[in-house]
Amino acid sequence: MNAMPVMTAPASPAAAPLPARVGPLRAVQQTCSLAWRTLVQVKHNPFELMDFSVQPIMFLLLFVYVFGGALGGSTHDYLQYVLAGIIVQNALFTTLNTATGLSTDLEKGFSSRLRALPIARFAPLAGRIVADVAKQAWAIALLFAVGTIMGFRVQTGPLAVLAAAGLVLVCTLAFAWILVWIGMLVASPEKVQIFGFVVLFPLTFTSGAFVPPGTMPGWLQAFSKANPVTLLAEATRGLLNGGPVAVPALESLLYAAGFIVVFAPLAVRAFRRRA
Amino acid sequence: MTATTTTAAGPGNGTGGIIARGLTKRFGATLAVDGVDLTIPAGTVFGLLGPNGAGKTTIVNILATLVSPDDGQASVQGYDVATQAHQVRQLIGLAGQYASVDETLTGTENLVLIGRLTGASRGAAKDRARELLARFRLTDAAGRAVKTYSGGMRRRLDLAASLVSRPQVIFLDEPTTGLDPRSRNELWDIIRELVADGVTVLLTTQYLEEADQLAREIAVIDAGRVIAHGSSAQLKELTGASTLDEVFLTLTGHGIKEATETDDLEEVSA
Repeated sequence: MNAMPVMTAPASPAAAPLPARVGPLRAVQQTCSLAWRTLVQVKHNPFELMDFSVQPIMFLLLFVYVFGGALGGSTHDYLQYVLAGIIVQNALFTTLNTATGLSTDLEKGFSSRLRALPIARFAPLAGRIVADVAKQAWAIALLFAVGTIMGFRVQTGPLAVLAAAGLVLVCTLAFAWILVWIGMLVASPEKVQIFGFVVLFPLTFTSGAFVPPGTMPGWLQAFSKANPVTLLAEATRGLLNGGPVAVPALESLLYAAGFIVVFAPLAVRAFRRRA
Repeated sequence: MTATTTTAAGPGNGTGGIIARGLTKRFGATLAVDGVDLTIPAGTVFGLLGPNGAGKTTIVNILATLVSPDDGQASVQGYDVATQAHQVRQLIGLAGQYASVDETLTGTENLVLIGRLTGASRGAAKDRARELLARFRLTDAAGRAVKTYSGGMRRRLDLAASLVSRPQVIFLDEPTTGLDPRSRNELWDIIRELVADGVTVLLTTQYLEEADQLAREIAVIDAGRVIAHGSSAQLKELTGASTLDEVFLTLTGHGIKEATETDDLEEVSA
């Protein structure tokens, strides 16, 4: 681990200088340990699995059977359109749990313990994000299975389906940093919920996730077309149904890179300042 | 930002223990810590005694690298808490009312997590967890979620968590606040064992008896300042008082309990 000789007497720190920073490999290991910590909670509280399974299925059933006929001509046609959108919407909404969980750690003092350990400053945040992305993989598989039972048919192939899941997970991982940043700025988990919804709701519902932006008023269309949720939903839809993929996928990944570059440092900085 | 003082500490000068010079911290308009100087030799127990809101936790948080001071300087085992925070974190353990464990994990899982985070292999982390759980009489509860623990068990696990990486310096922030007398005595015994192992302990407390029982030297803190410092006997001699309670009354014009009650009232009315 470090080059410290085993026999170093504790009273003479000068004898063996301690490492001044965390190496990148150690930082990754610490992130994985903290991700394990969040995932092992599911083992103790299997109800949590229900928690992130029920909501996406409800959304899917509601949208398809209640709105589907009116929005898409027939429930079947709409299912074919909206499944990709619901997968994306659900993934992004899950980032709210990430931020709430971190805020709870701050409130309960667990973060203080972590921050007093010689670990990478981003590890507690990244660990939580990685764990929630892993849970997300489960939700995507579940939505896909339920969608298939309801009559959804993949128009491409298994590789494209895997690519769609991968793209959604990568983009969610990047997007989570926005919510985590908000979570570090506001005082309590309850406030994280409120502020998180203020960001997530308009962003998702003004996108092309549920309906094509074509019928929206011009100003909203312009916003909707640049909305990262629209781009990610389009790319995912393209990978499942066939259609243009390269441009929206590339734009989604560019957004993802931008989110990490801007919001990860902001979140870590805000985390350092929280006592 | 940080004032240079004559006691500049560095790993090269071999200064053990904890040294603080002119520590100052403001939160908005409140001066939480106001020019605090401390010298705590390695291997001793030092008590910070004061009422709620006196600034004890802020001092500990600065020394444990959680809060950066607005002014002044501090070192732990010769490493500067502001510029060499990562080194300091490799040497310290933090326990007490605000540093907590994960309630949803078991006792073992909490300790293994910290072992893994501080660089132990999976096997070594498990061994260390087992060893600490046994030492703190938590073996029977090792596989249970912490939320089922009693207050005394939680504090013991919390203390065990701060010892996972065998720290040379331990900060105990009000380790027994809210505990019944029996659990308090248990914790005191554990702290005495630690000191016997040669660890440096900085303890904060509102309880005069606790400081008297455990600490070789005591600094009395009021409104962010050190208003007196010395051994329990010296403080009594200095003020002509026969108990630490009277010492506090003589020095501040108000008793510790009185101040605590006032704080509680403020919290209620706020």
